[in-house]
Formats: sequence, C-alpha cells, structure tokens
Amino acid sequence: MFITVGGERKEAVDGLTVAGLIALEKVEMPEYVSVPVNEEFVQRDNFETHVLKDGDVVEFLYFMGGGVFAGEGC
Amino acid sequence: MRIILKKKDYEDMVARARAELPNEACGLLAGRDEGGERAIEKVYMLTNTDHSPEHFALSPKEQLDAVRDMRAHGLKLSGNWHSHPESPARPSAEDIRLAFDKNISYLILSLEDKENPRLRAFHIENGSSAPEELFFTD
Repeated sequence: MFITVGGERKEAVDGLTVAGLIALEKVEMPEYVSVPVNEEFVQRDNFETHVLKDGDVVEFLYFMGGGVFAGEGC
Repeated sequence: MRIILKKKDYEDMVARARAELPNEACGLLAGRDEGGERAIEKVYMLTNTDHSPEHFALSPKEQLDAVRDMRAHGLKLSGNWHSHPESPARPSAEDIRLAFDKNISYLILSLEDKENPRLRAFHIENGSSAPEELFFTD
C-alpha cells in the first residue's frame, strides 16, 4: 500500500500501525509528537492499535509550547 | 543560521502580541533555507491554548492547518514564535525544555518595554540555546 507521510508518498507494508510508522521513520521524542491521520488526531493510547490504510495521509507534529515559571527570573 | 524576516511580518507579530496581552501570543514561521540563510516567507498567528501570560501551547489543529498551507505554498516549517509580555527576549528554561525540533528557529518577542518591543531568534538543541542573527527586510 501507499501512504503519504509529511507530504511524501511512501510504500508501506499492510498492517502498519501508527507506532510502527513512528519507529520506521525514526521519529525523535515520539512522546511529544501528535499524529493526525487524514486530519483526525489519533489518541496516543491508540498508536499501537491504529492500523494505517492505503491512501492515508499522516503527519508528525511536535508539541510546541513553553513558559516562564515563578521564580525563574527570565 | 541568519534569519531574514520582512518588516511587515515583524509589525504584524508585534500587533498580534499586543492584542493578546496580557497573555502570550504565539505562532509558526514558514520559509526557505538557502546557503546558511533562512528566509521567513510567511508568519502564522495561532491560538495560545494555554491562554496565559506565562505559558503558551500551539493549537495542534491550527498547527496542522498551517503545515498544510506551508506545503501548498512550497514552504517548509522554519520555526515558531511567541511573546514574552513581561520578560526579556530570551528562552526560559521551560522554552528550552519544550523545544523538541532542533531543525527550526525559535523567535521570542519581548514586550517588557512596551514602547520598544524586541524580537530575537535562537537555535535550541540538547538543552541549550544560542542566538541566531536576525535581519529585517522591506
């Protein structure tokens, strides 16, 4: 099957899960990555069980945030 | 990396940051890298889902929309930006801890001096930050 990952069309094995794709793509710090498939965000608890289908469009989005905490004196 | 930003985009960021006060404003930057220069072609204003004067988090849904728009325009993710309403234009420890993408630039706009906003750019990797040169163009 073929899927699109980060805008690139790629061949993938049948039965590939979101977790499997994260490993294949060597995504760094996956615990801070959210994964929309066809614009629907997959719950982190479902990464291991969500099986990708032919034609799926997948993105890896890093959490982006920050902040100043009391006493930091930034 | 030298960061090139259009003056108009800078002014829009300042306007957005002021409009969001007392909370932090935030967004994404898209552009092109070439020969050690990173030209920012488009600035995206995103929702700070923390709605806080001291924290920010980009809306994932808006992040996805922005990334798709970048791709449609042949641009790549160049960085993100956020404002510091009451503190200097340098990354806090939390900003550094939560900077997971070493391939992008992190811009911080300080409104500490309300009349004289200050924007600075940083590379953040492995828990440390280093300033990047920032130039404005017409």
